[in-house]
Amino acid sequence: MSYTFDFGAVLDRAPELLWGSLGTLGLALAGMFLALVIGILGVVARTSKSEITRTLVIIFVEVVRNTPFLVQIFFIYFALPLMGIRLNPTVTAIIALGINGGAYAIEIIRGGVESVSRGQIEAGFALGLHKADVFRLIVLKPALRAIYPSLTSQFIMLTLTTSVCTSIAAYELTSAAQRIESDTFRSFEVYFTVTAIYLVISSLMMGLFALISRQYFNYPTR
Amino acid sequence: MGPIGENEFFFLMQGLKWTVLLAIVGFIGGGIFGILIALLRTSKTKVARRITAGFIGVFQGTPLLMQLFVVYYGVALLGIEVNAWIAVAIAFTLHASAFLGEIWRGSIEAVPKGQTEAANALGLHYVSRMKDVILPQALKISMPATIGFLVQLIKGTSLAAIVGFIELTRAGQIISNQTYRPLLVFGIVGAIYFIICWPLSHAGSGLEKRMAKAAR
Repeated sequence: MSYTFDFGAVLDRAPELLWGSLGTLGLALAGMFLALVIGILGVVARTSKSEITRTLVIIFVEVVRNTPFLVQIFFIYFALPLMGIRLNPTVTAIIALGINGGAYAIEIIRGGVESVSRGQIEAGFALGLHKADVFRLIVLKPALRAIYPSLTSQFIMLTLTTSVCTSIAAYELTSAAQRIESDTFRSFEVYFTVTAIYLVISSLMMGLFALISRQYFNYPTR
Repeated sequence: MGPIGENEFFFLMQGLKWTVLLAIVGFIGGGIFGILIALLRTSKTKVARRITAGFIGVFQGTPLLMQLFVVYYGVALLGIEVNAWIAVAIAFTLHASAFLGEIWRGSIEAVPKGQTEAANALGLHYVSRMKDVILPQALKISMPATIGFLVQLIKGTSLAAIVGFIELTRAGQIISNQTYRPLLVFGIVGAIYFIICWPLSHAGSGLEKRMAKAAR
């Protein structure tokens, strides 16, 4: 093999990689927040009395989950200006990530809410607990515990998906990598380094999620 | 603005052909290596378990887009002259083998331990125990998740567009640039993906519900 690796050319641009990583983290956190909001609203809408509302939520979930994120982000990127909304690419990316993650969150949260059995709630009332306490202790906490593993792994996926946002030139790590690549022509080195950075980001996130889980959901269930 | 005519539609269909081919190659290649990884991951050898766990961890902890880029440029470095199609197919095969390996590891472990013990008691050796007793049961358990991953893989092939490979999404981008009708074009492209993915998702979740009912 005659190729000589030159990671120095990439490391020279370390500040750019750092800012890109922060951009990725920002996109991911904002996307997670929006996904959670859409998820909760969607679950509430799915239990609505109006059949049209319920059907619309189901269509939304199915369409988003069965089309690629790349197509979704292009669609939103071109659709918003036609609706008279002009946003910078990064904000557009957050909206796309939130909509995509939101559809998955609706399904996950719905499963959690359905997992709390009616008898538990009645038992809570029979013990003389207030409505607020019943909701907080008997519905919310066990439901959160039930959905936590799937929701957090969905969040990790959302974080990895932020790399696709480079296609509309949002500010994040992959677009930083593409800039460095076009300046240095060290394609392999750039992408190898950036892949390692993503691995560090997702590992840290997984560790953090596990830590939170041990803090808040560490009680016996039976 | 230009019209979306027969030619444009034909171009999209050409792209669709590559999307489907890429998904099939990735799924079959990933399936073959995935079984291997699942078996190593559940083997008695600690080193094999560690290495496959690392392999799975790397592919599940990094973006598919980065995997495409690294493999795409990595293969070129090896000095072998390969076209974009082969490089992208290798990347999807590796990606799929990690995810399918992890899904199937879970299913192998979900087969009741008594089955292994019974097979041992009958004097079956490893190959026969796996091939005739454990894997058929594990395959059944894994079906919903395996179909779910196939849908993910089909959607994932769209990322080959960013590497420059002309599949359905890239074809859509090209037509969108020519006709200045992005919403119509990406609407059609999205609908095509939906027509492929939705029946699969539906079949997967239906199977999951039936299996959950049977287990009760």
